[in-house]
Amino acid sequence: MKKLSLLLLVFIMAVSAFLAGCSSDTSNSGQSSKDTNGANKLTLWTFGEQHAEFFELMADEWNKTHPDKKIQLETTTYPYDDMHNKLLLSLQSGVGAPDIVDIEISRFSNYLKGKPQLVELNDIIDPVKDKAIQSRFDIYSKDGKYYGIDFHVGATVIYYNKELLDKAGVNPDEIVTWDDFKEAGKKVVSATGKPMITIETDGPWTYWPLVVQQGSDFYDKDGNVILDNDINIKTLTFLKQLLDEKIAIAAPGGDHHAEEYYGFMNKGGAASVVMPMWYMVRFTDYMPDLKGKIVIKPMPKWTADGKRSAGMGGTGTAITNQCKNVELAKEFLAFAKLSKEANIQIWKELGFDPIRWDVWSDPALKEPNKYTEYFGDYIFDVLMSMKDEIDSPTVTENTPKMNELVVQTVLYKVLKEKSMSPEQALKNVANEMRK
Amino acid sequence: MENKLDYSVQAVPQKRKGNGIIFSQKVAPYIFVSPFILSFLIFFLYPSISTIIMSFQEVLPGETKFIGVENYKKLLNPHFYAALRNTTIYTIWTLIILIPLPLVLAVILNSKAIPGRNFFRSAYFIPALTSTIVVGVVFRLIFGELESAPANALLKLLGLPAQQWTMHWGTGMFLMVFLASWKWLGVNILYFLSGLQSIPKELYESAEIDGAGMFRKFFYITLPLLKPVVIYVLTISIFGGFRMYEESFVFWQNQSPGDIGLTLVGYIYREGFINNDMGFGSAIGIVLLIIVFVINIIQLKVTGAFKKEG
Repeated sequence: MKKLSLLLLVFIMAVSAFLAGCSSDTSNSGQSSKDTNGANKLTLWTFGEQHAEFFELMADEWNKTHPDKKIQLETTTYPYDDMHNKLLLSLQSGVGAPDIVDIEISRFSNYLKGKPQLVELNDIIDPVKDKAIQSRFDIYSKDGKYYGIDFHVGATVIYYNKELLDKAGVNPDEIVTWDDFKEAGKKVVSATGKPMITIETDGPWTYWPLVVQQGSDFYDKDGNVILDNDINIKTLTFLKQLLDEKIAIAAPGGDHHAEEYYGFMNKGGAASVVMPMWYMVRFTDYMPDLKGKIVIKPMPKWTADGKRSAGMGGTGTAITNQCKNVELAKEFLAFAKLSKEANIQIWKELGFDPIRWDVWSDPALKEPNKYTEYFGDYIFDVLMSMKDEIDSPTVTENTPKMNELVVQTVLYKVLKEKSMSPEQALKNVANEMRK
Repeated sequence: MENKLDYSVQAVPQKRKGNGIIFSQKVAPYIFVSPFILSFLIFFLYPSISTIIMSFQEVLPGETKFIGVENYKKLLNPHFYAALRNTTIYTIWTLIILIPLPLVLAVILNSKAIPGRNFFRSAYFIPALTSTIVVGVVFRLIFGELESAPANALLKLLGLPAQQWTMHWGTGMFLMVFLASWKWLGVNILYFLSGLQSIPKELYESAEIDGAGMFRKFFYITLPLLKPVVIYVLTISIFGGFRMYEESFVFWQNQSPGDIGLTLVGYIYREGFINNDMGFGSAIGIVLLIIVFVINIIQLKVTGAFKKEG
């Protein structure tokens, strides 16, 4: 009997300890969501360590200039996929989402499906809209309401390896159209034995900007599939020709972010690459041997009056509908992403081309940093010269799926496996997406 | 003194009454199994049922609605076929490699004549302790695309052309099967070893007296007596093959070109999370459940696992 009652006692204690554990846990979390030290707490999720550092810096700045409205910013960095999945589930279930969150452009539309789970930001965006690249807000909008603020324009440029061009006697300033580019490419290949350009076969960053540059896209403004229109077929055929004529090669590793690719380029593997401005940090950090050898130019045009850039990629910072202090979060977001100072900081800290073009000519942007040391101090002159030529793609609810199919089916089958014609592959995927 | 004794004697039946329910032999078993039952209900049955419900819905925040069998109709697409094909072929390969090979190795390691057999036993098992993701990163580097990557350097030494391992269907399948074989070989050896050690030595001795050689002993004693273990390994290998995800993930992070590394579970992940179509993801999951269930029922019927119990 004694043994049994002892057992019972142990059992009850175990259960009560378990329950106590629960209750103390809930009381703790209840307390932590309240104010501490008079500061309002805001939670922020991001998938980039550098983004987190930037927001912490801006929170310090905010606390210096707003002593009456101090905030305590709690940033958490998760891996890319983890963060987007966690966010999807917490928004779906209605609990556990942060106040502010960084969402990558190709996933953004997932959170606008159905009833948008994000807070409308029109009242902080409207005042600065005319000083920024308009298309960078449109990509995070639904029914005329804005839900995210980007870090950068993502203006696509072409990075030439000047050493290789010089060997072939090619002047990058004389390459105006893509036809000129092809001719120059032939010279480079015969003089140096190196390809003129690398093409992503496992990523969208070569094909997509070339398409958007011509005013085309995978979707039109009304959300209809136009993937198989003439411009897109012509563009893909052009890329295939470059490959077939050995002027271009498929990027080693499949895309411009592969380990193999950095090593290949660092050794002077190809004479140029088309990528957005935010790719600069990959040069400075992963291709140190090319320092001083890379020149940044606008992309070649398709026609005489064609555009020379396209705004690609992006990260929209948004406020979730689970935020308790929406007004404060909005004020802070406007301070950290839309103010002039913030846009200068974005360049200084992150090396991105900020969305407000009225800071591009600011002297602060010519101050030496690792990017000006690597490329020269003319970076923003190039950007300023193509200010009105930067269109962004149309993003719809089905963009994640569309990009997946374009990359994994169209580009792979046409450029890598070479088992389908451009027209056939584009038509197939367009029909699948129209269903 | 007497009073005190009386008091305590009276107290005992009172105590019994109060604890009668807990101490009764009818209730106690239920208390003991309740942790399992509860976790089964909360973490298994409830999600399973809501997956079935979700597979008939379009799941969007605030706008979830029933759409009939629309999600199942969507399954008739080339990506699902590719996923089903990849998963099935992968499973067959792992069965071909991961049952006979460990069986033979286990027999060898069980023989007293092998020197250093304890060392080999642990050496074969170590891969199973490592995380697939960590190993995958190493494998990804070994099978890099450049000619200087270790695997390509080896091919070159043998006079063979370098391969773009992660870019083609055949080499991609090889990578996944190779990684799985490397990792799970030791575990299966362990199952077979424990089975071998339960075979009575007398059987071998009497067979030797009858003049049976090594192969006869293997086919007429070892194999038949190991049959339950083989069936068990076969069953878990089929499950393991169909639920495979990490082996594909480490090489392509769910974005394999031309769907060469797409598996059924990877397809659930892609549609459910990346494309935010939970309803469709659920439908794929239900179909996967049915496939695995049917295959294993057939397998257990054919191998006669049901008969023994009956």
